Amino acid sequence: MTEFKRVRHSVEKIDAVSLATGAARFTDDFELRDPLYLKILYSPHAHAEIVDLDPSEAEALDGVVAVFYYGNVPRVLHTTAGQGYPEPSPYDTVLFDRKVRFVGDRVAMVAAESPEIAEEALKRIRVTYRVLPAVFDMEEALKPDAPKLHTDDEFAKIPVPYDPSRNLAAEVEFSYGDPARGFAEADFVIEHEYRTPYMSHSALEPHAALAYLDEQGRLVIISSTQVPFHARRITAMVLGIPLRKIRVIKPRIGGGFGGKQEVLLEPLVGLATWRTGRPSRLVLSREEVLFATRTRHEMKIRLKTGVRRKDGAIVALEMDALMNAGAYGSHALTVLTNTGSKTLPLLNKIPHLRFHGRSVYTNLPVGGAYRGYGATQGYFALGQQVDIIARELGMDVLEFYKRWHIREGETSEVFKALGEGREGVEQVIHSCRLDECIDRGAEAIGWYEKRGKRHRPAPHRVRGVGMIAAMQGSAIPEIDMGSAYMKMNDDGSFNLHVGATDLGTGSDTVLAQIAAEVLDIPVDRIIVRSSDTDLTPFDVGAYASSTTYLSGEAVRKCALEIRRQILQVAAEMLQAPAERLSVEEGRAVDPATGQGVSYEEVALYSLYQRNQFQIQATASHIVHESPPPFIAQFAEVEVDLQTGEVAVVHFVSAVDCGTPINPRLVEGQVEGAVLDGITHTLFAEYRFDDKGRPLNLNFEDYKMPTFRDLPKITTIVVDSYEETGPFGAKSVAEIGINGPAPAIANAIYDAIGIRFFEIPITPEKVFRALKAHGILESTP
Amino acid sequence: MKGRFLINGETWELEFPPEATLLEVLRSNGFTEVKHGCDDGLCGACAVLLNGKPVPSCQVLAATATDQPIVTAQGLGTVHRPHPIQKALAEAGAVQCGFCTPGIVVSTYALLQKTPDPTEEEIRHALDGHICRCTGYVKILEGVRLAAQRWKRAK
Repeated sequence: MTEFKRVRHSVEKIDAVSLATGAARFTDDFELRDPLYLKILYSPHAHAEIVDLDPSEAEALDGVVAVFYYGNVPRVLHTTAGQGYPEPSPYDTVLFDRKVRFVGDRVAMVAAESPEIAEEALKRIRVTYRVLPAVFDMEEALKPDAPKLHTDDEFAKIPVPYDPSRNLAAEVEFSYGDPARGFAEADFVIEHEYRTPYMSHSALEPHAALAYLDEQGRLVIISSTQVPFHARRITAMVLGIPLRKIRVIKPRIGGGFGGKQEVLLEPLVGLATWRTGRPSRLVLSREEVLFATRTRHEMKIRLKTGVRRKDGAIVALEMDALMNAGAYGSHALTVLTNTGSKTLPLLNKIPHLRFHGRSVYTNLPVGGAYRGYGATQGYFALGQQVDIIARELGMDVLEFYKRWHIREGETSEVFKALGEGREGVEQVIHSCRLDECIDRGAEAIGWYEKRGKRHRPAPHRVRGVGMIAAMQGSAIPEIDMGSAYMKMNDDGSFNLHVGATDLGTGSDTVLAQIAAEVLDIPVDRIIVRSSDTDLTPFDVGAYASSTTYLSGEAVRKCALEIRRQILQVAAEMLQAPAERLSVEEGRAVDPATGQGVSYEEVALYSLYQRNQFQIQATASHIVHESPPPFIAQFAEVEVDLQTGEVAVVHFVSAVDCGTPINPRLVEGQVEGAVLDGITHTLFAEYRFDDKGRPLNLNFEDYKMPTFRDLPKITTIVVDSYEETGPFGAKSVAEIGINGPAPAIANAIYDAIGIRFFEIPITPEKVFRALKAHGILESTP
Repeated sequence: MKGRFLINGETWELEFPPEATLLEVLRSNGFTEVKHGCDDGLCGACAVLLNGKPVPSCQVLAATATDQPIVTAQGLGTVHRPHPIQKALAEAGAVQCGFCTPGIVVSTYALLQKTPDPTEEEIRHALDGHICRCTGYVKILEGVRLAAQRWKRAK
């Protein structure tokens, strides 16, 4: 294994103490002088036309400065999806439309001198709705006579299937081989339908944005965003303001998980400030975050597999995914695509395969990016189906995965076929230690002692174990770009400016470690500033598991150029050829003579003494492949045969993310993803009434786990070396969320022999199933 | 209305609307280390020590909190002089986005004051009112254990 001095070390997160003391500032922590407070009026109807909106009573209220609505805000179609340009999501959204399409759609916005006045003004806006028939069910929405959500000039920015006249927000189709022949040749065929519901990211920091005009009259927006550069571009377009007049600053972010890869609030604060000249503040309540922002797309997946008995080969596979886009098509195409593209290459030896996906509009909240991005829904299906197949074959599921998963030097036709809004990119796997992940995970969970044994720690409680193997990607190849800028200071320290967006993941720290490794200095010599569209170079932002792999390589290239310049100056100082010099512990040294100069001496020389210049560099990076990290995840569960309650006893993840740049942060990513996965497997989901109104809009009703609910979680980091990544790194942010649902469902089956094809697997559902199977035990 | 608040050892004469919560009064007077996460007293981000006990400040009427010692995360330690709890959480990797951390810091302080050598059950119980969406709580438990060790030694 390569020896590293700064990476592959669990360096303390560089902003951790600042955050723990509360010194670090989040969006809502910034002061504004004499701001306007913004409040939004939301639709109470799932589907309605606004016949009339009368703001006069609200406007007349003392302290109300403006009411914004369709009558005074130009109708500019756009997507709120914070994606690269041109966005693969349809342009189907306007700030304030004449039509509302879900309970929580924006109707108007008040700007007032205080939050209380703004709140009062909302009540005085007179809106006359003509309620329209609504549709909530995905299959209903596709029927010819279903109500249509988008009937005006909505359009797709890129040439992709988009047909709002059929409520079709996106469609993906892809096949190779001859699936019909494959199924005909199979010894047995297994077909099931798997369902996953609407889910909430619920980052602890509610979405927030502020705006003010700077001394040049430019619009400055501080926002809790994962995508500051996309936020600037989309805000400029929506408001019709030249992009050069807008600056977006990302301060500390209180988590995102995809929920802040969405340009929702920036145009609103921008609008209020640009129109009034006053600073403005828009901070959502927890309730608003839950009903009016973004969600994980509901999905229904039909998975059909044909299997050859003699060796267990899957000879044909058909995956049909139906996805609920909700009222707008944010990420409707790309999440859907990822359901196939991030799952199917894992079992790359299937000769006949078809993937078909449709994303449909309904009058429910809007889906968006959410950690896992479609793959999570896909693995709920694939991960259980593999377990079912292995059981049917009488084969250990660990052996099944080891026999059929993709390996180093291999490829999959899926990589080339499925990209993000266009064809994918061919790639060969350079690094895969999945076998070791499976073995070490199995050992940690006690697989062979527990599988099929149905241990009973108490007379009415039975245990089982289940597992899954999964992959994800690392950045979007040929599309995503990240860049970095560095300069040297007098004392031999360096500023590192990156557009990469640390939203709490620790990417500032990881990027500093990469620069420190190249320059062989302690990490605290690197001063990181991330994401300010005026001050940092471009980066697509924090999504698609990209920052370490993509922006990290930009930083490595940038630091290499800095190192070259340092050696050039040192060569002049030492009167030695630069090629002979190397860096060592913050010094440029000449191994031939043993002489050297410190970085501080180099800096002072280059800035003040001779042939002065600023040691500085910038570098950009795009990636040509998206190397998957791999994971094996194991659950041990205990089912209460009297109550139907399921408890996770132990959850083990063994992950291959290439070189873990910061092993402790890697574990943190996996552990956070695992607990969110467990949450949504066992208890959390959105519930709606028959009018499409969400019913559980706080942390009591939308149950979030606390310390009490924490099972034993074990994370094993299995090193590999990804030759295309910085110091061998791949990604780790998303992959950990793929396993909990299928692994737990498989473990429940192992315990009680009942399959659950739908999450959350609540005690009520288990209770009913136990009863139906005649294995419910009566309470004494 | 007006009231006297004893915040982090200093006395503040503050004006506030009668219905204001302690959270609103603290945040609007610059104590932004107290975070606003949920409005319902369910997430713990706004926790402060009131008379030495952790409370969700969004559930406390400001008018009822006058003339009593209030301690926030900044009152326990600053960037230059972090409290051992803050340092331990940082070192353990317990701080990801950090939005929940100031609240967890004050609850941990209250716990360790009373129970210098807490069992895992006691830690879980003491921190049960705090939601963290990033860490899965694993590293926070480690951080609190580390803090307990450190603090014991320092005392």
